[in-house]
Amino acid sequence: MSRIKDLFERKSNRVLNVYCTAGYPQLNSTLDVMKALQDNGADLIELGMPYSDPLADGPVIQHSSTIALANGMTIETLFAQLKDARKEINVPIILMGYMNPVLQYGFERFCKEAAAVGVDGLILPDLPEYEFETEYGAIIKANGLDFIFLVTPETSEERIKKLDSLSTGFLYAVSSSSTTGSDKNMTDVNAYLQKLKAMQLNNPVLVGFGIKDKQTFDTACAHANGAIIGTAYIKALEGTNNVAATTKAFLEGVLK
Amino acid sequence: MMETTYQKPSAQGYYGKFGGAYIPEMLHRNVEELQSRYLDIMSDAAFQKEFRALLKDYVGRPTPLFYAKRLSKQFNTNIWLKREDLCHTGAHKINNTVGQILLAERLGKKRIIAETGAGQHGVATATVCALKGVECIVYMGEKDIERQAPNVARMKMLGAKVVPATSGSKTLKDATNEAIRDWINNPNDTHYIIGSVVGPHPYPDMVAKFQSVISEEMRWQLKEHTGTDLPTHVMACVGGGSNAAGAFYHFLDELSVQLIAVEAAGHGVNSGMSAATTQLGKPGILHGSKSLLMQTADGQVVEPHSISAGLDYPGIGPMHANLFDSGRGIFLSATDEEALAAAFEVSKLEGIIPALETAHAFAVLHNHPFKTDDQVIICLSGRGDKDLATYMNHL
Repeated sequence: MSRIKDLFERKSNRVLNVYCTAGYPQLNSTLDVMKALQDNGADLIELGMPYSDPLADGPVIQHSSTIALANGMTIETLFAQLKDARKEINVPIILMGYMNPVLQYGFERFCKEAAAVGVDGLILPDLPEYEFETEYGAIIKANGLDFIFLVTPETSEERIKKLDSLSTGFLYAVSSSSTTGSDKNMTDVNAYLQKLKAMQLNNPVLVGFGIKDKQTFDTACAHANGAIIGTAYIKALEGTNNVAATTKAFLEGVLK
Repeated sequence: MMETTYQKPSAQGYYGKFGGAYIPEMLHRNVEELQSRYLDIMSDAAFQKEFRALLKDYVGRPTPLFYAKRLSKQFNTNIWLKREDLCHTGAHKINNTVGQILLAERLGKKRIIAETGAGQHGVATATVCALKGVECIVYMGEKDIERQAPNVARMKMLGAKVVPATSGSKTLKDATNEAIRDWINNPNDTHYIIGSVVGPHPYPDMVAKFQSVISEEMRWQLKEHTGTDLPTHVMACVGGGSNAAGAFYHFLDELSVQLIAVEAAGHGVNSGMSAATTQLGKPGILHGSKSLLMQTADGQVVEPHSISAGLDYPGIGPMHANLFDSGRGIFLSATDEEALAAAFEVSKLEGIIPALETAHAFAVLHNHPFKTDDQVIICLSGRGDKDLATYMNHL
């Protein structure tokens, strides 16, 4: 059974996935960040593979990617950092990124090495469903990785069902029509999440975009299995010289 | 599966290996709406009537096909100039923005966004938005705003809001990112007018179709002049590739016609300061489509260089990537210096000051031999007024 599936069998409510850009704030802080997240209550860890042109991201995550790239982060370096991660990290690890760096690395090679270092799932927001079904999905599956599609308030019910049927692990419900870290209040998020819940999807649902504190986390968890925090955590890490303490304080604020 | 040709992409928007719609889910509804409706809207008789009327009475089409006598003599061949520089706003860009504003109207969109590099597409978009009384926001790299002050002023005078793109390299690539992010954040009322044959399907095909009026006119005009509608060569400069797509379009599947695309070599193809995408790029994904892309070994997008802001783009439209890959098109390049020299040469020989972008196409006349009986059409995509500051430094 996949680590992600196993997690949701044990825990179906208030599941917390925290995103951090790999190689941020320092090139070698990736593992410290992961440990701190695991130690302070994160149920899943989503590592961002930095890209020069991250279309779905707002300024904060974009900036963290720019810093990570300037620090020298590459997919190759990330895999080297993750080589021994499984000695200490038990929670599921998801890699999030854009298609181009993955294609240059070699899609099949990427999936093989990701699986080899203990990665559990992938989020590639600009991998479309047609190309997933005709080309890439089989490679992902053959390497035992989960693949998580995004749905938004604009996604039709028919398409939600389709994307749910293609996803394994969980379904990523984007809370509003925005890039990451926008200040849009989660308008109608309740109705949207209730609709998703009523559809009795195959996968658990985690809500992302706009989740930044206890209040927004609680709102998301009221109608979904949990939530994903990214921008707010990246902001908290900015300029810190103590990843462990910063992460502890941040997650206490969300989970208390 | 639909049959593809050089001209017509597959149902999924592929020209050979290139194209597609690599977009995040947040853009899916808008892109799908365009995919499912653009062909119907564009083939509608009322749409065509309005589009054609505006091209004629507002843009000033047909633009002349002019026999360049002194230039022909200089290169010992027959050179025809397709005068897109005489279009309203001074370049071919407006053919596309007129089409897309009419399309946006039929999609019920009230707000227009666009990206711009040199500012020509921004001006062309601001122009049609003023014409239709629609809100217009143009994203432009912070560096380009400094470099292209006259076009920024034109856009503002036309009522557009110019928003600086401050991320990344602060040029066209980043302006495009910001425009796409705006579209993600405004999914209901906004249409994104992309200025080139790039972006997710259907943009490359849609923009090529709006620009195809260029080659449609070339054919009947050449026939009027010479009795035959097929030249031996069609030449155009290529950044993203919109004027080349328009100039090649009705010749793409006429295999006797040689299609010559000229990229910007900057300081030289191998100088590290170049924008010659087909020479330096590898297959990759940027701005929603798979094409050739200038990038590092790790797949990070590289910032190109060209003296002309309109060719300063690290990618190329998927149609052109396929023309290069299949060998259907001949891809040449010209350096900054060669383009500058050509701009002065054309000005003095024909009394036409071309845009720096266009000058690249003329530059290769020096190193690509033509026969005396060849009929060569060069797409004179824009006029050089916007480049006077650069030209003045070389007088």
